[in-house]
Amino acid sequence: MTPDTRDSRPTLAVWKFASCDGCQLSLLDCEDELLALAGAVRIAHFTEMSRTSLPGPYDISLVEGSITTPDDALRIQEVRASSRHLVTIGACATAGGVQGLRNFAASGEYAGLVYAHPEYLRTLDTSTPISAHVKVDFELHGCPIDRGQLLEVLTAFLAGRRPVVPGHSVCQECKSRGTVCLVVRDATSCLGPVTRSGCGALCPSLGRGCFGCFGPSDSANTASLSRQLAEHGASDLELARLFRTFNANAPEFLHQSVALGAASPGRDRTTSESGAGS
Amino acid sequence: MSTTTPPPSEVSLRRGDVVRLWPEGLDGLIGVLRDMGYDVKGPTVRDGAIVPGRLDGAHDLPVGWRDEQSPGRYAVHWANDELAFSWAVGPGSWKAEFFPAAQVQWHAERHGDTYRFNESVESLRPLAIVGARPCELAALDVLDRVLRDGALPDPRYVARRDGAFVVVVECARPASTCFCSSMGAGPGIEGGFDLALTELSDADGHRYLVRIGSERGALAIARVDHEQGLDVDRAARVIQLDASVVGMTRQLETDGLAELLVRNQENPRWLDVAERCLSCANCTLVCPTCFCSDVHDTTDVTGAVTRNRTWSSCFDLDHSFLHGGPVRASSSSRYRQWMTHKLSTWWDQFDTSGCVGCGRCITWCPVGIDITDEAKAIGRSDRALAVGRSR
Repeated sequence: MTPDTRDSRPTLAVWKFASCDGCQLSLLDCEDELLALAGAVRIAHFTEMSRTSLPGPYDISLVEGSITTPDDALRIQEVRASSRHLVTIGACATAGGVQGLRNFAASGEYAGLVYAHPEYLRTLDTSTPISAHVKVDFELHGCPIDRGQLLEVLTAFLAGRRPVVPGHSVCQECKSRGTVCLVVRDATSCLGPVTRSGCGALCPSLGRGCFGCFGPSDSANTASLSRQLAEHGASDLELARLFRTFNANAPEFLHQSVALGAASPGRDRTTSESGAGS
Repeated sequence: MSTTTPPPSEVSLRRGDVVRLWPEGLDGLIGVLRDMGYDVKGPTVRDGAIVPGRLDGAHDLPVGWRDEQSPGRYAVHWANDELAFSWAVGPGSWKAEFFPAAQVQWHAERHGDTYRFNESVESLRPLAIVGARPCELAALDVLDRVLRDGALPDPRYVARRDGAFVVVVECARPASTCFCSSMGAGPGIEGGFDLALTELSDADGHRYLVRIGSERGALAIARVDHEQGLDVDRAARVIQLDASVVGMTRQLETDGLAELLVRNQENPRWLDVAERCLSCANCTLVCPTCFCSDVHDTTDVTGAVTRNRTWSSCFDLDHSFLHGGPVRASSSSRYRQWMTHKLSTWWDQFDTSGCVGCGRCITWCPVGIDITDEAKAIGRSDRALAVGRSR
């Protein structure tokens, strides 16, 4: 399809790497705002929405997913080269995602458990964030991301202003909405004090400790929180697992899980390309 | 029990009068305040804590509930008795009613090449608080100095604060984290209220001593079944308050504290507390006097602009962000900023301490950092350094 050269709207492209698609679907979840957004930008590439794919360059690229294959390591370079602004969305793209747990296992260990014939796979030993490969203009965290924050980032880039996406803790969202602290009231293992806000304190408001989906807050003291949760009865193994989910490779969570005795990344191999089954 | 009460219409009460109220009278007072047009709120039990909520009657109060508080821990339990105010403050404070966590400052819609602004202050029913504690009134007095009585009053704060009716209830059962007696903010109170209640329960029964602090307070009480105040109740109040002070084991030494903190900005204790501090901002958000906020503009795809104000904290990295980066990048500098402002430079700025001794920052710190302990540690270290200097 030939792009309409009279159309002066900025172009938006949405790219998928190793991910579950949940974050890019957040864009389609913006039901009330979707038509207005589609009027303000020309959606040039978004395979969850349309098979139409317009050629670049693109004004804004949203990138979901982590880099787990040699092909994707090349493809992200092409996406970067054709994008004026590149915004990564979600824990996979910003921290390697849950598939980043492979970084702590022996080469091919998980592929061998999942696939009958892992020898057909051609993957990297690691799952790494987009920022490990190309320059990223803005990182939007979350597993999945919050659609309100996604709209805020898009409208900010369209207006040429700084997005209002605070890096403070989930605690501030609990306090703002009047949720009673689960750590103080119940000695719950909650990562809220070290986790970036953005979810609206969804889990704590339902009585469940924070899982850390949004990754570390911008001044996370994971060692102090771990000491306190251990005093409340959590074992090192439980705490290490708490830090080892969607953002296991975010530096602050990674360092703390290793300090609690979990495996270090890259124990017995290099990060070079290899067949998963080898 | 109300045989000595003349019909309400014949009662002439005024500011300074003292009356006795039975528990039914408290329920009646809530009804009268509602009839007078107030949105009546007070302490309620919700989600395992005593927090501000709407009151339809005295049954919504924490009747029969107790709290247990210590650094980093909080619990309530059911004591199955008639006492409605036998607890200390919980995580919520009345600050949120007058200075909400998020507030739109203005909204502007685009019309062609121009913008149309709307910066109206919302019109709300006036608030009546039944069951504020003395430290909470002291905190509102501190907030008034910041948001109402300065050179640039906040119109939204003023609109909510002026006209609010306050029924304060003195404290008979301070928590282990309370230290209001050190700050002169409780457990008793002598002014600044419409009505002050002291809950009494002894051989004379479960009742309230009510002191009338305003003309509208007198008008409200006049419409409720009440009796004349008795000396036996006044005496019981004094004994109860004395017991509260004695029972308040936590203290903050305020003599010389402002100067102590200012001359200890390089004290190694700040690094020690930074090891423990989560920078999570819970202390500042539960604090009834912390007033920092962030103002930011957002746009939508139509070009409309909204200016929002949200609670912020000096523990946020963004809070001190200037060109190039945050001024206070370390946790030690942020904790030092908070504590020094609260207990020292607040005096220079607002002619009062920023602390009322409610103890919320101690209880609701997930790792139990205790501002009174930190002040003591700085004091000890200061004395040690002074000894070192004199040698």
